[in-house]
This record gives sequence, structure tokens and C-alpha cells, in this order.
Amino acid sequence: MRRAELVMAAALGLFSLYLMYMSQIPPLEIGWVRLKGPGSGAFPFWLSLGMLISSAVIFVRGWRRITPQSQSEEPFLNPYALKLFATTSLAIFAMLFLTAYVSAYVAIFLFLLFFIRFIGRHAWPTSLAVSVLFPVAVFFLFESGMKILLPKGYIEPLFYPLYRMFVY
Amino acid sequence: METLIHLIEGFAVAFEPLNLGLMLLGCFLGLAIGAMPGLGSVNGVAILLPITFVVPPTGAIIFLAAIYYGAMYGGAISSIMLGIPGASTAVATTFDGRPMANQGRADYALVAAATASFVGGTISVILFTLFAPPLAEFALRFGPPEEFALMVLAFATFIGLGGDDIPKTIFMILFGLVLSAVGLDIISGRPRLVFFDLPGFYSGISFIVLAIGIYGIGEMLWTLEIAGGKVEMAKHQIALKRIADAFRELKGSIKTMVLSSFLGYFVGVLPAAGATPGSLMAYGMTKAMSNDPDRYGKGEINGVVAPEAANNAASTGALLPMLTLGIPGSPTTAILLGGMIIWGLTPGPLLFTNQPEFVWGLTASLYAANFATVAMNIAFVPLFIWMLRMPFTILAPIIFVLCFVGGFAPDQRMFDPWLILVFGVVGYLMRKLDYPMAPLVLAIVLGPLAEKSFRQSLIAEQGDWTVFFTRPLSGITMLIALGLFLYPIHLAWRRRRARRLAEQGGGAGA
Repeated sequence: MRRAELVMAAALGLFSLYLMYMSQIPPLEIGWVRLKGPGSGAFPFWLSLGMLISSAVIFVRGWRRITPQSQSEEPFLNPYALKLFATTSLAIFAMLFLTAYVSAYVAIFLFLLFFIRFIGRHAWPTSLAVSVLFPVAVFFLFESGMKILLPKGYIEPLFYPLYRMFVY
Repeated sequence: METLIHLIEGFAVAFEPLNLGLMLLGCFLGLAIGAMPGLGSVNGVAILLPITFVVPPTGAIIFLAAIYYGAMYGGAISSIMLGIPGASTAVATTFDGRPMANQGRADYALVAAATASFVGGTISVILFTLFAPPLAEFALRFGPPEEFALMVLAFATFIGLGGDDIPKTIFMILFGLVLSAVGLDIISGRPRLVFFDLPGFYSGISFIVLAIGIYGIGEMLWTLEIAGGKVEMAKHQIALKRIADAFRELKGSIKTMVLSSFLGYFVGVLPAAGATPGSLMAYGMTKAMSNDPDRYGKGEINGVVAPEAANNAASTGALLPMLTLGIPGSPTTAILLGGMIIWGLTPGPLLFTNQPEFVWGLTASLYAANFATVAMNIAFVPLFIWMLRMPFTILAPIIFVLCFVGGFAPDQRMFDPWLILVFGVVGYLMRKLDYPMAPLVLAIVLGPLAEKSFRQSLIAEQGDWTVFFTRPLSGITMLIALGLFLYPIHLAWRRRRARRLAEQGGGAGA
């Protein structure tokens, strides 16, 4: 936990520096511009400087073991949490990645099936039922109800008959 | 009198078929969301906000406010039945609710919670009706310096009263403000902070994307981790006769309900405080005032009544500064405020003059929502208890999918779902280290408004920054804010001095 606290503070500090760099790239100005008030970069620049200072303080407090996290001997992520966090994030990543190619619906189906069957360890019938019915419900709510078209990727033509029936 | 006329007109708006239907649906969804462990009003409102863009603003806010409201009622259900708070706002309800359930008095606890929520909700809506119009009228005098000072005050309350690690709180406030600056500059039109030259950043980072990432993905990951262990449902029986008995028993708790409602309301008005500390404070107050404090934590009915009355009152309290001043009183109202901006409304005092049907329709619907929710809550208790049996490993992936589809909907670009994933993962890791999330969400919503009022004030005064202190209203506000900044430093200094004195005393004695 202590290492995580220090690493996070350091990472946030670096990110603040990056933000400060981004805020002063010309033509952004961080100072007073005559007749126009503070420059476009001023607000983010000075606030990022504040972020840098805060993260430095967080780091020092962590170093001197003042915060509860820096005193804790518990691991930041125990093996169970780490596995859950990694599989879930990767599964979501895969879902978003696949959306662009095989449509949001197929991606959602695969994601739900994977999650419910293999992370949740539910029986096949339950897993299949939820992962088929939920995308169908999403279709009716979003596409035919609210006329919001989700990405279909390369299988868009398969949806033409559905559009005719339910959307337009 | 004028208020009463407005309120009657408001009821006419609230009882339009579409609005009434949305209100009832919202109450039901809110109850269900609140009842689910780990899901509270803020998650529900963040995830469902994108799909409200298809109805008119008044209907949308009525729907979301009903969810907000229902979730406060629903939170008690899992606190009592599972011993896990349904939302952070219902933490205090577990203290006595769970022991009551273990003693076979779950139905008494549920009835007490619903009734107390109703009393808390009703008292606070009445207070809202009385306070909102004069406050809004007063706020009409505010110019940009006052607006900016109020926002500083809102952030200062997080530092002075938030109770989280102070450097981390300050970091999160600044982080939210900087994130809100991404995209085209509102005054000069120049693009800024376009990371990696990704065109998606030109239109800025929407607060919805951040809120869904943090409250949808990040918090779900967190809850999945906690709910991984098995939880046990309390045994329960529900019979009409027992419910009637439960109501009779509540007669002795009326004083607690009323006091907690007032306390909750005023705590709720403060930006950093809100429903969670409000309910904890009400619990503490009731216990301290009791003749028999030892009974608390062992199934005392007032221990359920106090936090439930207070959290509902606080949730309405949080609406007061949001609607009258444009300063949200809680993360949920911050998201509602962001929604209002997207619907094309200008939050703040002008809302009362320009959009009376919106304000009063909402107020009237709060009265109605109270009745609807208490009735639904008691009538459908068996249904909600049944829903609690739904395994989290089925619910969580469905919520994940809803987050991404909902996050995609407003702008219909894949950039937003990707950003949600990034915020979700980073938010989860930061939350594990106790970085507070509420100030971040508040800051990204208020950021554009804060920057605008700050720069407008300085342009008008030709760079004389003392304007924030020399105008009376903004000067007073700034001084209070400064006091809140310094308060924790004062506390730390006193603690250190006390420790040194204790050490010296110990040294002298030896």
C-alpha cells in the first residue's frame, strides 16, 4: 500500500508537469494579456502548478508515513482483487475494441457471456439467456426508442432489415 | 402567497401524464438502484442521465430527481436485509437496522426506515419551498466576482469539512478544474490541452464521461471486489398485522424524525457535507440525546429512524444551493447541474424568473415523489428483497454495458466510451488510496463557470484581483472560504501542541 501511495503521488506529479507544459504551448499565454485579461493557458497552468505542489505534499506525507495508506502493510491489490481488476478491465477493453469491427451488439453479447459464465461462474443457460436478451433490450431502447444508432462495424448490412422494421 | 400560486402551477406541470409517468418510473428505479449494494443515487443519475436527453428538460429533471429521491429510500433495504449499505448514504442505517433484522424484526426496521424517509423528505421539501424563492431573489444581485467567490466557498467546504486527506482533496479539486479546461477556450476560442493531438479532446471532456467512469466503472470494480465474499440475507417475515404494529411502535420516534430531518436538511445544504455525514450526525445526535445510549447498535428503532430521516432531508437540502445559486450541494446534484447546462438551462437565480415551470414543476414533483415512494417502498418490499438475491456478477456486467452505451449516446462517438474506461480504471486505483471523488466531479462541472466568472471579473477590473475581496458580498464569502481553508491547519496545530504538552507533562511526572 505504501509503495502504491508513493508511486501514485509521483505519477500524478509527473502528470501535473505534463499539464503545465501543455498549457503554455504557444499561442497559449499563461500571464496577463493586455485588454484581454488572463491568457487562455493561465487557468489550467496555475491550477496544474497547484496540482504539482499537492502531489509533492502527498508524496512527502506518504514518505514520512503520515497518511494511513503509507502505514498500511496490506497489499494495494490482493491477488483476488488484482485478478478481478485485470480480467474486467481487459474484457471491457476487448468489448470496446471489437465494437468497431463486429458491432456493439456482438461485442456486448461476447462481453456478457464471458463475464457471467467465466467470472461469475453461472450456469450456461443463465449466462446465454442474459447475454442474448440484454443486447436485444438495448437495441429496442436505444435504436428504435431513442433513435440512437450504435456502431455496427462491418456487419452493418445485416441490420438493414431491422432498421426497416423497427427504426424508421 | 405568491409561492403558493407558483406551487399550484407546479403541481399542474408535475401531473402532466408524461411527467407523472417519469416520476413514478424514476421512484421505482431509484428504489431498486438504492437497494442494490454499492449503487446509490449518484451512480443511478450518472448512468441514466444520457438517456434523458430524449424528453423535455422538465420531464428529465423530474425523472432524475425521483431516482435521486428513491435511492435514498432504497438504500435502507440492503442496509437492513444484508447488513451492507445500499449506498454510502445508508451506512448509519446498518448500525441498528442489521441487529433489528437479526432479531427477526426486519419488517419493523423497513417500515421505520420508509416512514422516517417520508417525514425527512416532506419536511425538507417544505423548507425548500420556503427558502428557495427568497434565496434566489437575493442571489440576483450577484455579479461574476460573487459567483466566483461562491464557487471558492463550495470548494473550501470540502477542505474544511470534507474529512478526507487535505492534500488529496486539494489535488482532486484542481484536477477537476483543469480537466474542465480541456478543449476550446470559452473566451478566446483557442484549443488547449489537446492531449496527443487527438481530435476528440477539441470538444472537451464532458462531465458525464467523467462521472460515468468514476461512479459507473470505478465504483463497480470496487463493489465487485467487496461483494466477492458471500453475504447473508437476514431472515424475514412480512405480514400486514405486523406492519400495523410497526407503525404503532413508531409513535415514540416522531421527535427523532423531526429533529433529524432539520439537521439533515441544513447539513445537506453545505456542498461538502451532504447525505452521508448528515445521516451519521443525526445518528450521533439521537444517541447522545437518548436516555439509554447503550441500546444503540443493538437494534434500537431510533437508530434506524434518525439516519433515514436525515439522509432524505439532506438530499433535498442539496438541491437548494444547486437551483438557487448554481452551486451543487452534493456530487449527485453536481451531475444534475451539468445536465441542466446540456438541456440549455442556466442554473442559478435567474432560473426562478425565466423557467418557473421547470423549478416549480420539480418542487411539486418532489412532494408527489415522497408519497409515491413511501407507498411503493412498503408495497413492493418483497420484490426489492427478491431483487437483492440477484447475484452481483450478473448485475455488474449489465451495468458496465449500460455505462458504455449511455456514455456513447450523447455525442455518439466512440471516443467517449474509451475515455470512460480510462477514468474508470484510474478512478478505481485512486479510490483505493482514498482520493476523494466528490470534489473532482463537482470541480469538472463548476470548472467552466468558475473560469468564466474569474476572467470576467478580472477583465472588468483591468486585472485588479482585489475585486474579490473589496465587494462586500464576495468579500464576506471569500473570508468564510479562507476560514475553511485555514480551519484544518488550525486543528493540526492544536493537536501538535496538545501532544507536545502531553509529552512535557509525561516528562515532568517521570
